[in-house]
Amino acid sequence: MTTATAPAPGVKRRPRIGRGLAWAFMVLVIVVSLFPFYWVLRTALSDNNALYAGGDSLGPVQFSWGGFQRVFGLQTGQEAIDAGGSGQPIAFWRYLLNSVLVATMVTAGQVFFSAMAAYAFARLRWRHRDKVFAVFLAGLMIPAIFTLLPNFVLIKELGLIDTVLGIALPTMLMTPFAVFFLRQFFLGISREVEEAALVEGASKTRIFFRLILPISAAPISTLSILTYITSWNEYFWPLMVSYTDRSRVLTVALGVFKSQKPQAGPDWAGLMAATLVAALPMLLLFFVFARRIVNSIGFSGIK
Amino acid sequence: MTREGGHHGHPHQAGADRPARRPRDDTRLALLFILPALIGFLVFLLWPTLRGIYLSFTRFNLLTPARWTGLDNYVRMAQDPVFWNALAVTVYYVVVNIAVQTVLALVIAVMMQRLTRRTWLRGVVLTPYLVSNVVAALVFLWILDYQLGIGNKLLELAGLDRVGFLVDSAWVIPTIALINVWRHVGYTALLIFAGLQTIPETLYEAGRMDGASEPRMFRTITLPLLRPVMAVVLIISVVGSFQVFDTVAIATRGGPVDSSRVLQYYIYEVAFNRFQFGYASAMSVALLVVLMIITFVQYRLTRAGTSDLA
Repeated sequence: MTTATAPAPGVKRRPRIGRGLAWAFMVLVIVVSLFPFYWVLRTALSDNNALYAGGDSLGPVQFSWGGFQRVFGLQTGQEAIDAGGSGQPIAFWRYLLNSVLVATMVTAGQVFFSAMAAYAFARLRWRHRDKVFAVFLAGLMIPAIFTLLPNFVLIKELGLIDTVLGIALPTMLMTPFAVFFLRQFFLGISREVEEAALVEGASKTRIFFRLILPISAAPISTLSILTYITSWNEYFWPLMVSYTDRSRVLTVALGVFKSQKPQAGPDWAGLMAATLVAALPMLLLFFVFARRIVNSIGFSGIK
Repeated sequence: MTREGGHHGHPHQAGADRPARRPRDDTRLALLFILPALIGFLVFLLWPTLRGIYLSFTRFNLLTPARWTGLDNYVRMAQDPVFWNALAVTVYYVVVNIAVQTVLALVIAVMMQRLTRRTWLRGVVLTPYLVSNVVAALVFLWILDYQLGIGNKLLELAGLDRVGFLVDSAWVIPTIALINVWRHVGYTALLIFAGLQTIPETLYEAGRMDGASEPRMFRTITLPLLRPVMAVVLIISVVGSFQVFDTVAIATRGGPVDSSRVLQYYIYEVAFNRFQFGYASAMSVALLVVLMIITFVQYRLTRAGTSDLA
């Protein structure tokens, strides 16, 4: 195409075309990855009736905050119906609070208790330790989905149906993966530091809290972020457990919002606004911790 | 076997005032440390697993105690056309989902390795993974809407017919499979990318010296050395793929008719719409068995692959 200054064009050209194609492919991947996010935003800022009238622009169709106003309950029932919504109240702040509560309880509990167990498996001496650990590891083999039904029965027996605690409890105490992941890291911590502390008379409990946990801040925060995101995005389990606004989390609320379809057809503007606000907290979290999250995904690591 | 086992007592403990004593035993402290996790394991993992298997041999509607019915649920399952259809639909979904996702992820990973290793690029590719399946389903429900979706408008612009992506029984499973590829492919690519990092750069330098092209180095260096990693990625993603539920529940509710009624969705309906927890448990056990067989087979294949290379 252009006048190549390189001496041996025959050799050089092929890789260059190859690289061009490769970059074109990557650009396509980037566009496909990100376009849906833009489209959600564009739709959320459109007027729902105008969308149905067939607005084709790439920007918002008849710019409107209506979608967001319906999500945050700022429109009266009649206003919402006129704008193409279902007119049913949405307790968005309640769902947001429930999601935060569940994800926080699961993350704090799971990471802390798993860290304690991982320390016992990595550093304490006790009989049958490796056998017990092998049993824990075998738990990795059981697909999460298999335990959902019986766990639902259990949560019902415990009287925790439709509570935030009921949603959080099964994953609040441990997951085999978290124990495994942290044990791997603890095993790699140099024994000498620990022994020096022992000589100075520190107890093992103190060593765990004052030495092991601070040294492990990086993997623990990585695990926490990923656990938080997973818990936030969970749908199936909270769908089983929560029945009312009392414990409904954002994912489940989105499903309900979608099924409250107004006569004319879905309130796409409202639905996309709801989708955006439900996804936004995790996207922000990702924006802040992107480097850490991206670099943590690998085989030492995550699932 | 234990790391401490081979360790010779602590230097300070072999000290003067006490006779050489066995390494300190932390049993009581250890019990305290593993107690919460142990309760979690026993109560919310082991017990439900055993109970799920037990319930599969009973008739149970949540209100009255479970009644032992032997193999009734399994006999019913064998004769239930909806179950077999659900299993077939699930397998079809898994095949499309895994085939497309694995190939795409591999290509993306190799490009991230050979083209540019910028972190922002990996971040962009991972972004869809940050939203829930529910969000992904809703977004594509809108983008692929028959009347108003931009996807169909683009098809029309290109002179093609509109497609009922999520309302046409021929399209619905491939569409759901691709929606989930959109959400998961970046994550899978990053896993593979991590595996690629373990391949020494010197091999590529040597290849370049010999005048090997990129495609050729991909075939002779990357692929063979990546095989064990790919095997692990496949096991993880196949097991995950079989558990598809969220997207179906949001986007199609199993329809049209039964064409997207995947196994997990059918199990959910039987349990929560008909309150037949016994039968639902039996189908869960069936899914568990299928997953274990697949994992086992894949694991065997992996080992063969690894020994080749070692």
